[in-house]
Amino acid sequence: MAEAALKGGFENPPIDSARAFRRITNAMARPGKIETLVGATPPPPMSVAAGTVLLTLCDPDTSLALLETLNNQEIRDWVTFHTGAPIVSAQRADFVFGAWDNVRPFQTYKTGEAQYPDRSATLVIEWEELKNRGAHLQGPGIKDIAFLNLPSVQPFVENAALFPLGIDFLFCSDDQIAGLPRSTKVSESS
Amino acid sequence: MNEYNFAYLDEQTKRMIRRAILKGLAIPGYQVPFASREMPMPYGWGTGGVQVSAATLTPEDIFKVIDQGADDTTNAISIRKFFQKVTGIKVTDKTIDATVIQTRHRIPETSLTEDQILVYQVPIPEPLRFLEPYETETRKMHALEEYGLMYVKLYEDISRHGAIATSYAYPVKVEGRYVMDPSPIPKFDNPKMEMAAIQIFGAGREQRIYALPPYTQVVSLDFDDYPFEASKADHVCDICGSSDTYLDEVIVDDQGGRIFVCSDTDFCAAQQSAALESSE
Repeated sequence: MAEAALKGGFENPPIDSARAFRRITNAMARPGKIETLVGATPPPPMSVAAGTVLLTLCDPDTSLALLETLNNQEIRDWVTFHTGAPIVSAQRADFVFGAWDNVRPFQTYKTGEAQYPDRSATLVIEWEELKNRGAHLQGPGIKDIAFLNLPSVQPFVENAALFPLGIDFLFCSDDQIAGLPRSTKVSESS
Repeated sequence: MNEYNFAYLDEQTKRMIRRAILKGLAIPGYQVPFASREMPMPYGWGTGGVQVSAATLTPEDIFKVIDQGADDTTNAISIRKFFQKVTGIKVTDKTIDATVIQTRHRIPETSLTEDQILVYQVPIPEPLRFLEPYETETRKMHALEEYGLMYVKLYEDISRHGAIATSYAYPVKVEGRYVMDPSPIPKFDNPKMEMAAIQIFGAGREQRIYALPPYTQVVSLDFDDYPFEASKADHVCDICGSSDTYLDEVIVDDQGGRIFVCSDTDFCAAQQSAALESSE
């Protein structure tokens, strides 16, 4: 294992993860709201935000999948050293990390069971940038309407139609994060 | 080593609770199972709320704890002191100053803002539990959206009492999907649940966490001809004179003398000091 894998973790795990969790909570509870998320420094090309989500939420109890560009030896070593989370196939993973180009189709992932819709995957997607424009978001956590520059609309419409099943999304770009739970109704900007 | 880890719980436990909270926020009103821990207080004293607060608090937070609206009751004081000891964060009695509020059985009278989180202590999270004792069955009922039994219960209330007699823990439907127990808050508080703050519910003994993102649609169950009514004692507060707050009835002597006072002590105190200032 390279020495680089030992670096880039939280400096003060209880405090850093508490602060990070508040940002992630805000992102998930207020779809479209863009939060700054820092704390971890994962190996490239994983973003700071995605790495911080990983260290805040993943541990030996959670399986995770690294897709394509994020599935390199440095990142695998870093994940294993800092979290001990088992790396599994995308079909079985509780958390899936990948760039937008590599995460579709969403049918691949766990959507939960009728009696336990929480047993579903959370997708952490690397996206170029996050802006409050583009697709219209409505639903829980949104007062009237919110906007987010989603890379596509149709896959998220289909995911929301599965409610209460479905997968939940965290979009990451650099040190920014925005949430899109299954409860959000997405529509094209008119 | 003689200090507690920040917020008492170990990091792996906090991660487990945090994952449950996020799934709860993603599926509003659905009860997420979690591996509730033994806390240094008995079940029934708010261990669910305490675990949610422990997983949620940051060093920058200002924490408020209320029990039936009051900051100065045993349960509220002991939980507040517990978190002061294990986190060192600031605490307050003032609703407007708090960033995280843990509550037992009330929603503060002052409207909460987007920068606040309300954590509920929940004894029985399953609204169908007293109608159907088996968890395997209530799971199925939620999965199938089979809530007829709850309406029968409300109907029986009407046939027996002439009105829906359920006055607290009044069942609500969240975003037209899950029927949820709002914890034993008075039904007077039900309409406040569509609020700007994040609401997280923790049931320690029953090992469930559920949540409501801001502005989530929360509808109290009722019938067209017996609409929901957010009732309260037909009085004004005998201390501050407020007419639109939830009141506690307090026995004041051995002759049956009684007064009605605001259950929200912070709100009542603020009204009193405002009245005092305007009279000076």
